[in-house]
Amino acid sequence: MQTGLEEQVALYQKRIPIFTRSVKGRFRRFKTSVLVFAYAMFFLLPWLPWARSDAPSQAVLFDLPGRRFLIFGLTVYPQDVLWLALLLFIAAILLFFVTGLVGRAFCGYFCFQTLWTDFFIWIEQKIQGERPARIRLYRQPWDREKVLKVGGTHFAWLLASFWTGMTFAAYFAYAPQLVVDFVTGQAAAAAYITAGVLTVSTYAAAGLMREQICTYVCPYGRFQSVMYEADTLAVHYDARRGEGAHGRASARAGQRALAERHEKGLGDCVDCGLCVQVCPTGIDIRDGLQYKCISCGLCIDACNTIMDSFGYPRGLIRYDSEKNLAAAVPAKPRVEWKRLKTIGYGVALILMTSFLVYSVSTRGSYDRTVNQIRLPLYVVLSNGDIRNRYQIHITNKAGQEQTYVISARGVPAGALDLGSFQEITVKPGHSGTVLASVRLSPELAARTKHFELIITPRGKPAEARSETVRFDSPGRPT
Amino acid sequence: MSEQKLQSQTVQTTGHAWDGDLQEYNNPLPVWWVYTFYVTVAFAIIYWIIYPSWPFGKGWIGGLSSITYVNSDGETKTHSWNTRALLMEKLNKADAEQKPYFDKVASMSYEQIAKDPDMNGFILSAGKALFSDNCAPCHQQGGQGKIGFFPNLTDDDWLYGGTYAKINETITNGRHGYMPTFSEVLSPEQIDDLANYVASLSGIGHDAAKAAAGNTLFHSDTAACYYCHGADAKGRQVIGSANLTDKVWLWADVPGADTAEGKVAAIRTVISNGLNKGVMPTWGGRLSAEQIKVLTVYVHELGGGQ
Repeated sequence: MQTGLEEQVALYQKRIPIFTRSVKGRFRRFKTSVLVFAYAMFFLLPWLPWARSDAPSQAVLFDLPGRRFLIFGLTVYPQDVLWLALLLFIAAILLFFVTGLVGRAFCGYFCFQTLWTDFFIWIEQKIQGERPARIRLYRQPWDREKVLKVGGTHFAWLLASFWTGMTFAAYFAYAPQLVVDFVTGQAAAAAYITAGVLTVSTYAAAGLMREQICTYVCPYGRFQSVMYEADTLAVHYDARRGEGAHGRASARAGQRALAERHEKGLGDCVDCGLCVQVCPTGIDIRDGLQYKCISCGLCIDACNTIMDSFGYPRGLIRYDSEKNLAAAVPAKPRVEWKRLKTIGYGVALILMTSFLVYSVSTRGSYDRTVNQIRLPLYVVLSNGDIRNRYQIHITNKAGQEQTYVISARGVPAGALDLGSFQEITVKPGHSGTVLASVRLSPELAARTKHFELIITPRGKPAEARSETVRFDSPGRPT
Repeated sequence: MSEQKLQSQTVQTTGHAWDGDLQEYNNPLPVWWVYTFYVTVAFAIIYWIIYPSWPFGKGWIGGLSSITYVNSDGETKTHSWNTRALLMEKLNKADAEQKPYFDKVASMSYEQIAKDPDMNGFILSAGKALFSDNCAPCHQQGGQGKIGFFPNLTDDDWLYGGTYAKINETITNGRHGYMPTFSEVLSPEQIDDLANYVASLSGIGHDAAKAAAGNTLFHSDTAACYYCHGADAKGRQVIGSANLTDKVWLWADVPGADTAEGKVAAIRTVISNGLNKGVMPTWGGRLSAEQIKVLTVYVHELGGGQ
């Protein structure tokens, strides 16, 4: 056997497995309730029925072939892309705003990587047991028990991953039909590819890579750290209180009561290591704030449990700001929002959200564009009359078929000619084009610079919209 | 050396030393990164097998993936994957997708096509593409033509008639406009008289005395203008002679001249030189009957259809 092989530095760093201990407490409860709420939203939404005349009765349906998103009573068309831009802007500003106030709260409680990892750890714990059992199983040789338990965990993970992928695909097709088609091999190739890719990526990200996604892959975690300020709340270990004059020490006899410890110059930290054991990214918060910390607060719960059991005051690890920790007499931690940056984010958030709500609630039942045909700008007819032509494009955004009537104001009756289409009927979500021509005598043409084209949905005169258009004629400077 | 080794336990190096003291730190890569690298290698190998890759002899290794398409001669060909074959395949597919529409065009009457909103959309897009490819070089992008060269298709004046049937006939068989040269038959004064008369027909400033002489000349057998343009000067669509009484001009650039004299001069030029250039090519052999039908409806919709 080759000697010295053990000392040799490995070329590639192996992931150090993390076995997290489960914990009870405020932040754990909050994290769990966010998880339950988010999962209920994600997994149940595609199955929520919603009566529709021209589409499957599904409350949320991203109808790609029909080029529209059906979201409850709202139909979103590609031309509403501004809404998507607004939504993304709002999401980004919300992230900045929250990060400025309470640090990486998004990472710890709301990010899908956190939620799915949490769920996968829960599965692991249900099958393999609590942390010591899992470590024992990890060190154990590959016997029947280990194969069954580890195999069972991975199988359960794959099932959860598959249903995640399947659910995602169900947003793009009528869910009950999709599941049947999927099983019988009738579904579209895109459905299999989507479900397959998401199964693999969920399994890899939440089951195998876990904290490596947050530390190596995720860009948000990295750029969120630049939004920290001295006032930002983050998970901190109160080192002054924890370490005392002579550092942390276990709670042996003679140094168990707080008074005894303080007398000996020992800190409040009993060095139980529970905060490290519960951390999903495997860090020691007592080393200070670090980039791997996702601010999930589980170490706070763990520490508080220990503090309670010894009868020490809570909050050795807590949400606090750097500023407050450095103060001579730290005050009670609180959210400090009176800063130019956070107020700016807040104002932008309110403005953009109100604009989006306004835009969604006041949109018309149809879109129209009127383009003057500019090749040629005008035509001189055989009797000398001048004719201009216009292309009218109507997109029906309402839920049902609608007929549109087109008329003109500002030109004599009979000047407007709509050719074969006196009115046009457009199916929901579709567009129709009408060519209109307006013919004026040379004298009238010289006087007419603009007139109005009026589009009226039949039976809904209140929704009539007019469009002012140019009328061009020869010999008049444009 | 043993001291160095002890130090290296805090900062790991690869263990090599160059020039005595130059060492390399070992910051290991995460293992998932390495696996990702292996996956890209596997991907590359699979890619070589499926798609064309290496030069080999005078050709190259084609790969397993192949494309079957029908070429312009109607032969079915199978070729290893390349972008040209892919283009052919996509063109085949586009043709197949358009076919139901063209079949529908073939089965419907002109009036039915014009009144069907779906077909109207197809005519506007397919007709525009066909017009741009085949007609726009002469008649211009919007069909507005060019005075002195190519007729305006957007006005209501037609040399040969603007019904669906006539437009189709014109596109299919082409046209050849002709007017004899009068400079050898008539004196410059006579031509001037005729030009004034023609100007008077469409209300352009003219010399009344000359126009009266022109009127007589127009209907006489000396000039015999009435023979083609008709006794009322309104033209005859059977032979494609122009209507001289309307405000639309094709050969004489009357709208382009600023003064009444200039307008009369433009008419005079056409009368003395005649013309032999109103050539519209035949499209019958170049476009399919359905394509011509689409173009017919499109041109009809440009605004001048009768």
